[in-house]
Amino acid sequence: MSNGAPFPTLPILDQEPSNRRGFLKACGATLGLAAWATALKPLTEWAQDVSVEEFLQKHYRELTADQKQAVFHRLEEDCRKEHGVDVTISDPQAIPGVQFAYALNLSVCIGCRKCAEACHIENNHDRATNNSYIRVFEMEMGGIDFEQGNATYDHPVPQPGKFYMPVQCQQCENPPCVKACPIEATWQEQDGIVVVDYNWCIGCRYCEAACPYHARRFNWEAPQIPAEEINPDQGYLSNRIRPQGVMEKCTFCLHRTREGKMPACLEACPTGARVFGNMLDPNSEIRWVIENKRTFVLKEELGTKPRFYYFFDE
Amino acid sequence: MSDPVSTSSPQITTPVGRSGDLIASYPRFLWRALQVATDGNWLFYGWMTLLTAIALVGANAWAIQVRDGMIVTNMSDHVSWGLYIANFTFGVGLAAGGVMMVIPAYLYDDEEMHELVIIGEAVAVAAILMSTLSVAVDLGRPDRFWHLIPGVGKFNWPMSMLTWDIIVLNGYLVINLHIVGYLLYMRYLGRKPNPRWYVPFVFLSIIWAISIHTVTAFLYCGLGGRPFWNTSLLAPRFLASAFVSGPAFILLVLRILRSTTHWEWSPRPAQTLIQIIRVAMSVNLLMLTSELFTLFYTGSGHAAAAKYLFFGSHGAIGLVPWIWAAIAMNLIGTVLFFMPSALERGGVRIIACLLCIGGIWIEKGMGLVIPGFIPSTLHEIVEYTPSATEWKVTAGIWAFSILVLTILVKLIAAVRQHSIAMGTHS
Repeated sequence: MSNGAPFPTLPILDQEPSNRRGFLKACGATLGLAAWATALKPLTEWAQDVSVEEFLQKHYRELTADQKQAVFHRLEEDCRKEHGVDVTISDPQAIPGVQFAYALNLSVCIGCRKCAEACHIENNHDRATNNSYIRVFEMEMGGIDFEQGNATYDHPVPQPGKFYMPVQCQQCENPPCVKACPIEATWQEQDGIVVVDYNWCIGCRYCEAACPYHARRFNWEAPQIPAEEINPDQGYLSNRIRPQGVMEKCTFCLHRTREGKMPACLEACPTGARVFGNMLDPNSEIRWVIENKRTFVLKEELGTKPRFYYFFDE
Repeated sequence: MSDPVSTSSPQITTPVGRSGDLIASYPRFLWRALQVATDGNWLFYGWMTLLTAIALVGANAWAIQVRDGMIVTNMSDHVSWGLYIANFTFGVGLAAGGVMMVIPAYLYDDEEMHELVIIGEAVAVAAILMSTLSVAVDLGRPDRFWHLIPGVGKFNWPMSMLTWDIIVLNGYLVINLHIVGYLLYMRYLGRKPNPRWYVPFVFLSIIWAISIHTVTAFLYCGLGGRPFWNTSLLAPRFLASAFVSGPAFILLVLRILRSTTHWEWSPRPAQTLIQIIRVAMSVNLLMLTSELFTLFYTGSGHAAAAKYLFFGSHGAIGLVPWIWAAIAMNLIGTVLFFMPSALERGGVRIIACLLCIGGIWIEKGMGLVIPGFIPSTLHEIVEYTPSATEWKVTAGIWAFSILVLTILVKLIAAVRQHSIAMGTHS
């Protein structure tokens, strides 16, 4: 090459070098680049909302205590700027020796959906879609057949011949969603609660396909909540306002339950159908229900081992 | 190997002795390749402009989707994957199907197939590109793409089947890029390709081709909560249909290549591909029958999705026209492929290819991915039809991938024709 030997030319290039053709190609390339830039312009508008710190943020479990504080502070700042609301982002940790479990008495549930509503408010869900982590099914007496169920009923409850079955995240001991996630954006905590790092999730929705209980939700757009309705007591891994394009799910209200309070859905229930607590505590009500009632879990055959039990009174 | 280029005259053999020169002349090769890629007649410019225009429409639709959220698609929490993942699944099959040229060429030493096998590898490269883009546009947060990079992000391997898929798809892309790139470069230099540098990769690519579609099937059939997908027959079915759609697509590419270049070849490689299609499609239809029998005769709850897909459920019939169209296309295509005239160059073969490609595109996409979600895991029926955005983005991905394929094939043909021309001169 250094001796200036002619390079082999391809047949198309055998023709006389044409300045006109080169000029036209350059024009074409410029036009092409301009067209691509124009087509992708919406990306630049979107990128203004993603800060460098947010882009480079590490996985929750790799953040040091100081880094976590900086992240929480930044999120609080963002909320102030975006919604004009002062919120507190807390990060209560799992309590050693605690395994949370939930039980629901199907004999007394009347299908009023107060639990779903409380979830909607507590967890800062998008108002327009009326999103909630709980779906209540109106079921036919005589069996537990979801095929006969209806989650979109719109009439006074309870109806004769029906019973009601709220379904939310079962906090499986063997969660298919955690297995599915390609980037460990969702995992199981020491107290059994499956959480999502909303700042790590890439939004592939494989977990949503993997979940047998329709427990996961995707933020198809940024959630819209009027400023005065925003719940300011927020957990980093639970009810803080989620970004657009990531997964979310029920966390048994860990920002409450790890502080000794009950989940919002339980507090809202007018019939006392819901029982929640630490199943490792021999004196707890949940332990009593599991040991003394004829309980069942949903889709036991899948081997997911739910921590959410259903039972009937005699 | 049966490489006529290697026997060509020394006139085009660049004096490359040391490996340093080999590397030094590589940028020049790329520059020439760029020139070839951007030179042609008006038909070529028209074709490339059309593809670019469609790709631009798709890129714009995707950019808007990223800005405004995936609300602009018609996916929902009930049907959380749609056209994008459907197209992804088909693309992986297309890529795997390319191996049906490699196997006759290298395992059975089919000399005539050997001359054309590089076309199959180019199709594989373009198809992998299409699959990767189809997944990329399905991400809610493409800005966090780096979380997927092993060592940099957090790669949930070996637990998540999606990480396996990322590995095998990228591996297959690299293997095929290497084979195509190496052979082209050697032909450009006028050197005989050294089998040591590509034959091991060819054999690796055979195993790898099987793996990409198997792992893609495992993505679905590994989910216990989705009875419609949770069948061990899924991976074999995927492979069988891939060995129809891949060769059928290659046949179309060869047809276009034959009428746009002066490259001539014997009719036999195409006939081999058609024999492969005949067997693969028969196996595919047999497995489909077996699957449907098990679902419908048992009549268990597992049949709910199949019932919705084929006959509709509770008045919802969104997928019924799709699946019957697919079955009709597959059956007619198969009958045409079995006609003796399919072995001759002509219209029957082309129509058969188009029908089977269309049929399998539906069978694997709208007919497999979507009914996995309908009814939902809690037996709710929420239907899905792709939105305009989804169609635009998908069309853009097809156009961009075909654009890349056009460039690759053009380059292959250019290198090839030059050597023939030089050979006849000397």
